[in-house]
Amino acid sequence: MRLIQGNEACAEGAIAAGCRFFAGYPISPSSEIAEAMARLLPKHGGVFLQAEDEMASLGAVLGASLGGARAMTATSGPGFSLMQEHIGYAYLAEIPCVVVDVMRGGPSTGLPTLPSQGDVMQAQWGSHGDRAAVALAPSSVQEVYDLTIQAFGLAESLRTPVTVLFDEVVGHMREGVELNSPDPRSIGSRPRPTQPPGASFEPYRANEALVAPLPDFGRGYRFHVTGLMHDERGFPTTDTSIVAALLERLEKKVQVVTELVEPESYLMDDANLVIVSYGITGRTAKAAVDVLRSKGVKAGLWRPRLLWPVQDGLLKEALAKAEAVVVVEMNRGQWAREVERVAHNDALLHPLLKAGGAVITTEEVIDHALEVADGLPAAASRRVPLAEAVSWTEGKNQARMVVPASTTAKIGATEVDIEKKVGGE
Amino acid sequence: MSTAITDAATVTRVPVTGKEKRLLRHAMMPHMLCPGCGHGIILDAMLSVLSERYDNLDNVAFVAGIGCSSRIIGYIDACTLHTTHGRPLSFATGLKLARPELTVIVITGDGDGLSIGGNHLIHAARRNIDLTCVLLNNEIYGMTGGQAAPTTVLGAYTTTTPQGNTQHSFDAAELAKAAGATFVARAQSYRPQVFGEVFGQALDHVGFSFIEVMSDCTEYFGRTNRFGGGADMLMSQARYEPSIDADLARRPTVEPIADAQPVRPVLPTGLLYRSSRLTLEETMGIKGARSSEVNETGQYSTDQGRDA
Repeated sequence: MRLIQGNEACAEGAIAAGCRFFAGYPISPSSEIAEAMARLLPKHGGVFLQAEDEMASLGAVLGASLGGARAMTATSGPGFSLMQEHIGYAYLAEIPCVVVDVMRGGPSTGLPTLPSQGDVMQAQWGSHGDRAAVALAPSSVQEVYDLTIQAFGLAESLRTPVTVLFDEVVGHMREGVELNSPDPRSIGSRPRPTQPPGASFEPYRANEALVAPLPDFGRGYRFHVTGLMHDERGFPTTDTSIVAALLERLEKKVQVVTELVEPESYLMDDANLVIVSYGITGRTAKAAVDVLRSKGVKAGLWRPRLLWPVQDGLLKEALAKAEAVVVVEMNRGQWAREVERVAHNDALLHPLLKAGGAVITTEEVIDHALEVADGLPAAASRRVPLAEAVSWTEGKNQARMVVPASTTAKIGATEVDIEKKVGGE
Repeated sequence: MSTAITDAATVTRVPVTGKEKRLLRHAMMPHMLCPGCGHGIILDAMLSVLSERYDNLDNVAFVAGIGCSSRIIGYIDACTLHTTHGRPLSFATGLKLARPELTVIVITGDGDGLSIGGNHLIHAARRNIDLTCVLLNNEIYGMTGGQAAPTTVLGAYTTTTPQGNTQHSFDAAELAKAAGATFVARAQSYRPQVFGEVFGQALDHVGFSFIEVMSDCTEYFGRTNRFGGGADMLMSQARYEPSIDADLARRPTVEPIADAQPVRPVLPTGLLYRSSRLTLEETMGIKGARSSEVNETGQYSTDQGRDA
């Protein structure tokens, strides 16, 4: 066991998964990943490149990946924004890669050294066009290690970009980690063509798993890779039926991920108050569940490790018996929208949201959950619409996050509740 | 040493051997270039050079960005990577570092390589990564309909400069040299033989080799500025190129001629600059990369082109 930082664990996981190429650009709070890769890669015969910007970083990663290397880049919000075009490119051209985003407060330059979970929607929708993203969300340093390994497995076997999404706290937190040698199955492998090189080889003809076998550049298979819509030969096309089929295949291809990444279910069997949370707030919420149980509240935690694609079936199952659902996240309500979509019952939802750079504490989750539990089963009348949801705990952070008076006024029916919360703390 | 390629009188035509045809990706035809476009001439010249060296292009990878120039790689039967706008050099850098034994050739345009991708160009040159970058300069954004490019000369008409261009233009070769490229040449689609010669030298050169090719866009640049058809535009390249020994630093500017249309006066062409220093692969200690020592064996020496 070693005591290391989340960012270092990410680099260790990448090396363990066979990553041999890293390109990156300095940015807080992810820079330690690049620093660790610069130290580790030469020892493993790999290449570290400090690129001129984030677009070049991911571009180089994709070039190296086509050459046959397992490749990764790491960044944070502003850099993740710049990478979006190449993430879309990797998705359409089906080039395996791992992109790590250590989230900080945004938008814009925002809060370079404070945590946030504000890039969750960006991880799915940041690139233009229809795209089925794959994004993993570790909540501990150990999980950063394990899920970085799994990210490579998924990226390689599915020929798609995979994002590992955690926040500044997980990135900089130090914990004991078992740097286990990964199970070869979790590392995955790139599907390779079985037919020999020749004119009949089609680089985008998918196998039964909807993945097209990918040879390396320079091994005898001569083929074309483009970000234009293409046919199975890889040649550009505007044939609308071919394009529609391609988009459908790419989306279906990654759905298998929902069966490969386990969510954490904690005390969910008899829970009527279900907390849904991921990443660092998932841990805060877990501690809160224990306290809530001691106070007689039947609380449980459902913590996805996979944010995209959403595990609709598992989430629906988790919410089946819930009388109240508390989504806890460090943003103004991003993944809560997905929970709302799957729950299909606004009356259940009591999000605890907090943006501004402060972490959500266990006490805040407990207070909020107790309030919700008090009102059961009449909780529905106390609901705050998601679109207008304001952190219940803002009163504690007046200095950091001021709620304009007009915000409470607009909320109307729930005005009294909000005022009581903000004013009473 | 480089006099042969500098003397316009000795340059007639590319020998037609037919060998280059086997390096074409026939399944991708017909091509999308406009009649009179100079890009196809360069594609042909490039394949002629490669066909003298290789039976097939198994170990040659082409990387290109977005634009008319970049589309030509699709017609080459090699591993071809058509990337995003302006970023081919970043993809090529990763590919080359992962697979140093491959010959990597980047095809870019003036908008792709000098505007949106200018940052990647100067950093590839600074690193002296061992690849060849061919920038086809048609002085305009052709694919998007004829907008002004960073190479459009002052005063020229485009769809976004209806009163004449008000921005100064780049000298791509000068930029590449200043950024650290160790091989810099300029060629024209009018003289594919000159291109072929410097292209061959660029492939042999170990380090970042850069060739700017003055090509022509008849549909937009030519039509908008009333330069005539493809043949007229090629002839204008001939008329205004009396010497390749002119000062590299001299920038393309507009000077009025008889019919008062803006044209480029004199552009030095041929091998412009050559030097030798360690490549990125060498400074990184990457196995399987070429050694820049061959640059210094007497086969090459610094600045020959300018002394010729």
